[in-house]
Amino acid sequence: MTNTLHRWSEHYAVERRPAAAPVENDYIVFAMATRTLNDDDLVAKYRTFARLALRHTPVNIGDATKGGALRPQPRLNPLAHWRRQHRPDPERVIREIDGSTTMAAVFSRFEDMEAFVRDLRDAGLGVSINISAPMEAAHRCCEEAGIKRHSVEYSLGFQGRVERLPDRVVLEIGTMCGHGMIAHNLVKKLLDWVKEGRRTPKEATQYLARFCSCGVFNPARAEQIFDKARTGTS
Amino acid sequence: MQISQYRCVACGNCIPVCPVGAIYIDPLVGRAQVNQDECVECFTCFRGMSKEHLFPPMVRAIRKVAKAFRFRFDPEPDICPTDAILPQELQWPRIVRRAFSDPQVPHESTGIHGRGTAEVKTNDVTGRVKEGEAGFVIEFGRPGVGARFRDIQRMTQRLAAAGAEFEKNNPVTSLMTDPARGLIREDILSEKVLSAIVEIKVGLEQVPAVLQIVRGVSRELDTVVAVGVSTRCDARGEDPLARLLEAEGYPTYRGKTNLGLGRVTRQAVV
Repeated sequence: MTNTLHRWSEHYAVERRPAAAPVENDYIVFAMATRTLNDDDLVAKYRTFARLALRHTPVNIGDATKGGALRPQPRLNPLAHWRRQHRPDPERVIREIDGSTTMAAVFSRFEDMEAFVRDLRDAGLGVSINISAPMEAAHRCCEEAGIKRHSVEYSLGFQGRVERLPDRVVLEIGTMCGHGMIAHNLVKKLLDWVKEGRRTPKEATQYLARFCSCGVFNPARAEQIFDKARTGTS
Repeated sequence: MQISQYRCVACGNCIPVCPVGAIYIDPLVGRAQVNQDECVECFTCFRGMSKEHLFPPMVRAIRKVAKAFRFRFDPEPDICPTDAILPQELQWPRIVRRAFSDPQVPHESTGIHGRGTAEVKTNDVTGRVKEGEAGFVIEFGRPGVGARFRDIQRMTQRLAAAGAEFEKNNPVTSLMTDPARGLIREDILSEKVLSAIVEIKVGLEQVPAVLQIVRGVSRELDTVVAVGVSTRCDARGEDPLARLLEAEGYPTYRGKTNLGLGRVTRQAVV
């Protein structure tokens, strides 16, 4: 699974510009156990992970087998088109953890991620903990938390038939669901709707977040991208 | 995936939701259809859309009246109003599509959800990639393009010819008939998946050569390829890989960092 590795930013443009803006609102921390080695008491370990995350105002948390804090609604009535519940439900994520999975927490501020990593270091859960973020930020977080990095994995971006990829705004939003559950065409449609004033950036983000089946989508970053794109400044 | 021809009201909401664009409205019947050759069985339409359970003839009648006056309803874009999307029972080889496309189905070969690979995310516990080694994750079809195993095999054959060894605990490797030659089962070569990952491990000194092969073969494929490269850090937490990759002209802005907080907590079974 490389669902958070290849999140697109200007740094991965085919024709790279030397001064691409840093990504400073997208930090993921996730926990993963290894079968037969440290998958004992997994429900308790993962619930502790999620509870610790909630102390530091994550913008999303998720369970890879169940979804994120905002999920599809299987039984709506027609009033949903006017009055619909869009509140994320992190408690449901925690309640429904039932064993083997990967847990993730997404932060939009470096300080929140770093505080969470310190908590995880002290909690000693025993499962593998990874940061998926700009490498410099993860490195700095480790240094400030007194952690020596064990292993690193670099995204080298996309190659091959890159002309089959959509434009940069769609890529930047769409690749926040690395499993590919957020369709590029849906992002394009919602970008149009936001530009036409038919939906707000926040509403557009809420629709997309429901499709991410593991909860690593970053609604805060998506909302900012939609907002920039609305006035054509992205 | 299928769409119930009785329940579908041709609202079109499911069309942009499909990651590979396999859903369309057939004007002859006025219902949504799924292009079965393009559908990767990712279940995004079925699981990701919210649902109402309205009476289809009533919705069709309302839509007909609105259409006559050229009115257009502005519905929530992620709702199927009549719960018309129906999964079908998948048989071999089509079942492979779902195994590689629906992240909520764990791979039998690894027990891992998503694309079924652990890479270096659990390296602190498994020790799979060591200092001086590089682990490659070569992903096909992502984002949102999809890939057929025939294309994936072109890469695995070239990598095998260069002496690469494929990770045993990997879903693509488990479908190979001859890993030494990079050959994948003949009966799945035409199957299309949302994405699939090939994993190999080489010495750090071989990284430029592997990158060259991947870059060259990628140009011949009808899909996109996303590459990740990993290594074990030294005792100071530093790694020599970034400089190596940058010297080859690749960006290294983003990635994953394993913090080394994992450990074996299960007692060994004697």
